[in-house]
Amino acid sequence: MSALTKVIRSGVGRRRLQSLVMAMTTMMAVTASLLAAGLLTASQAPFDHAFASQRGAHLTARFDGTMVTGGQLSATAHLSGVTAAAGPYPALVLRPRFGANKSQLPVGYQTPPAVFVGRAGPGGPVDDLIITSGTWANGPGQVVVNEQMAIAGLGDQLTLPDAPGSPVLTVVGLARSVGRSADAWVSPAQLPALAKAGTVPDQQMLYRFASAATDQQLAADRDEVASSMPSGSLTSADSYLTIKLAADKSSATYVPFLVSFGILGLCMSVLIIGVVVSGAVSSASRRIGILKAVGFTPEQVVRAYLGLALAPSTVGTVLGLLLGNLAAIPILNRADEAQVVGSTTIAPWLDVVVALVALTAVAGAALPPALRAGRLRTTQALTVGRTPSGGRGRRARQVLGRLPLSRPAILGLAGPFAKPGRSAAMVAAVVLGATGVTFGAGLAVSLSAVQDGLHRKSPGAVQVNPVPPPDTSMPGMTHKPDIANVPAIEALITAQPGTRRMFSFGQTSVSVVGRAGETSVLAYRGDYSWGAYQMVSGRWFRGPGEAVVPSGFLTATRTHLGDTLTLANDNHRTQVRIVGEAFSTQESGMVIMTDESSLNGLSAKPLPESIEIDIDLNPGTNRQAYLDSLTQTLAPYGVPAVPGSTGLSGVVVSMDALALMLTLMVVAVAGLGVLNTVLLDTRERVHDLGVFRALGMSPRQTVTMVLWSVSGLGLVAGLIGVPIGIALHDYVLPAMGTAAGTRIPHADLAVYQPAVLVPLLLGGLAIAIAGAVLPAGWAARTSTAGALRTE
Amino acid sequence: MSTPIIQIHEVSKSYGEARPALTGLSLDVRAGEALAVLGRSGSGKSTLLNLMAGLDKPSGGTVRIAGMRIDQLGETALAKYRRDRIGMVFQFFNLLDDMSVHDNVVLPAQLAGMPAVKASARAAELLEQLGMGQHANAFPGHLSGGQRQRVAVARALMNRPPLLLADEPTGALDSSSAADVRDLLAQLNANGQTLVLVTHDTELAASCATRTVELLDGRIARDVQAVTR
Repeated sequence: MSALTKVIRSGVGRRRLQSLVMAMTTMMAVTASLLAAGLLTASQAPFDHAFASQRGAHLTARFDGTMVTGGQLSATAHLSGVTAAAGPYPALVLRPRFGANKSQLPVGYQTPPAVFVGRAGPGGPVDDLIITSGTWANGPGQVVVNEQMAIAGLGDQLTLPDAPGSPVLTVVGLARSVGRSADAWVSPAQLPALAKAGTVPDQQMLYRFASAATDQQLAADRDEVASSMPSGSLTSADSYLTIKLAADKSSATYVPFLVSFGILGLCMSVLIIGVVVSGAVSSASRRIGILKAVGFTPEQVVRAYLGLALAPSTVGTVLGLLLGNLAAIPILNRADEAQVVGSTTIAPWLDVVVALVALTAVAGAALPPALRAGRLRTTQALTVGRTPSGGRGRRARQVLGRLPLSRPAILGLAGPFAKPGRSAAMVAAVVLGATGVTFGAGLAVSLSAVQDGLHRKSPGAVQVNPVPPPDTSMPGMTHKPDIANVPAIEALITAQPGTRRMFSFGQTSVSVVGRAGETSVLAYRGDYSWGAYQMVSGRWFRGPGEAVVPSGFLTATRTHLGDTLTLANDNHRTQVRIVGEAFSTQESGMVIMTDESSLNGLSAKPLPESIEIDIDLNPGTNRQAYLDSLTQTLAPYGVPAVPGSTGLSGVVVSMDALALMLTLMVVAVAGLGVLNTVLLDTRERVHDLGVFRALGMSPRQTVTMVLWSVSGLGLVAGLIGVPIGIALHDYVLPAMGTAAGTRIPHADLAVYQPAVLVPLLLGGLAIAIAGAVLPAGWAARTSTAGALRTE
Repeated sequence: MSTPIIQIHEVSKSYGEARPALTGLSLDVRAGEALAVLGRSGSGKSTLLNLMAGLDKPSGGTVRIAGMRIDQLGETALAKYRRDRIGMVFQFFNLLDDMSVHDNVVLPAQLAGMPAVKASARAAELLEQLGMGQHANAFPGHLSGGQRQRVAVARALMNRPPLLLADEPTGALDSSSAADVRDLLAQLNANGQTLVLVTHDTELAASCATRTVELLDGRIARDVQAVTR
């Protein structure tokens, strides 16, 4: 072992605690950087990543099973332009009913039409399915449902009354298909048995093409496939571009949020590494002086300095990479659940890049003091560790001395002024931490408010769709589905004990003069005053002739509040005045909400199956009991009462969890930065601590002094970080709204109320104190005699 | 005869496996005495002083100062003990270089919670008595060695401790400054201040001490009462 290696090794060993902190800080910084970089990378074109990794189908084609043979279908895999194909898989469109379930789904209720496909397994050359829970359906009576379609949960039962023998299927797995090729999968042997007697299942083929970037290219590909098969046998062909459009919009909503946290994490990491390393190197000056005295060359001194920094940092980097990759699994999984990333693992090249950047940052931070030490004359270097650095901070102490505080508190408060550079770096670390906490907390509160606002489209605690699909059948049903039933159903609801008030709305479409195509209209009836959407501006409509539209409508039609819209249908026209801008993303914002009477004369009646009755309950009413009772009351009409959507959306829960984890990471790194800085200060001032203790400073007073030394900085950092966090929040949230095609209501942005703001302002203080507690305890336990001997 | 202010009984102190610094040492010191502890390097002088100051704990035996068993005290109680019962003067002064002379002197009183005005008045009085009144706002780095040691003595006396402990108080001073400090300590003792001096400086012992103890390998080799000072 060379002398230099020995010096580095013994130096690291001698400063075990500091080396440990440096390794831990580097580890946390590398972990945070890796996660931040991983999220940033994964959030770039997440659909494309997922589509590539799961070999999604560019075209999901269904053929009439009576017109084609397996051989013909298999031959399409060899058409020019087809790069991969999977199938044929037997496929059926079925309408299962909910059986016994744990998902609070009304038993017997019929689901919308769902595509069932028979597949032997989740893998394949195209559309490699991901099993997110449970197993694959391998036997009779088993079904795997598409997690994205969410028609049922794991363990729930689905019955198929139209299939021979009315089989009951148990959900044994949830799977995800990037191209959404089916709603449910069963084994290939099971599927034909689910077909009605005398019918032949369709055949599904999944294709990937060499050219599939545009609608035109895909149309050409589809035509190529269709022309190779009997005419009219291709019954449907779904393009992946439709799903990609929606997915890109969804992920774009979250990119500003992920980018903000990513940048915060990276800034923090570089800063902390710089603070840690330069501090560690500075505190080793005397030792380096001794080395020079015994004959080390300036170059060896520089290398020794770098080694003292790089040795523990390398260990920290390796551990950080391990931890980062492990932590990425739950974080990226959560982000993946929210469909904002396309990969659930960190790309290996990121490990290499982050490690190199971290070690380069460490070396970069260590180099200036190392070069400075290399240039120091031996006697000067020897003196560095012994003599207090100048008289910086005297003036501050004099000024602070006038405060009505105890001496240890004043000594602590004035401490940071002696090392302004280091104190500034610590403030910066806590500022970033406070910014992260403020941003994360605000984001969580805002997302919750946004979700509440979006729930206003169906505000009732209980909902009823009074006109089920025509072929609906339920036990005890005596009336066929008919719009004529609605008044009777409404009367039953009104008479139901517990009903406070209700209104209904249904969807239709009309033309808006000056705009091409049809526009959806939600036509309201009854006491809809309590059913107002959350408003971005203006107010909810109060009667016929008034309308409310989402932000997306105003943007797309370049209209404003107060403008009049002319609605047309079947050569009839009517006008409504825009009185409010609603917070809504449905139909990409292209929807008009108005009183049903506004449409009088247009012959535009709501589609019967779209009618929804929203019911508000009297205070104190047991919702579940009400639901059970009303479902029984309405059984003759085959319409179950269902609970309103008051639960948290999976996306918001995922994003909240993500924000929480990222905030905790940022705070942990900030806390470690404080810990290291205070540790360095305490070590450097250990002799002074000994003097204080010899003069009668108690352990409690010592702790007080150390904690006060960070309190002022923490408070200042909080005062700086909170406004930055608020500004970031106020920039990112509207950007997320813009990506989603809406403006965010001011009330959802104005979340920093005093009850939130005060704890946040103290957040910097809390981070600083949490980081200083350990070194403060260490300072209080330091042996006085030993400290006095320290030079 | 009054009860001894310092009662050390069968004290030993070991650091790891090395030869014990003190072995079965017993010593009583009465109020008003000026005890000089002499001995070569490694004889156990500083260890003995640290035990009296409560900076270190004995491996065996008892240390009683002003009737209080300080070897059994916890850190907080020891801090109060150091604050109230003793003053310490060090070879290298141990002044806080980034504080003014006045702030250094007033520090023990502030730690003890003395009102600021009272503490300030006491500091000014002490500095005046020790001839350092005009340097109250100076910083230690601008003072001579003798002046720094005067400031250290003022700080040690701030809380009117019954016992003043000095570890090589002239060890870092030139001869002129050393003489100055010797006179100061002698004067303090003449005014009734109990002193314990650990020193190599036989001249200091001769001029200040009313009693001299010489340590050898952690034991008392000689204990001599001065006839005159």
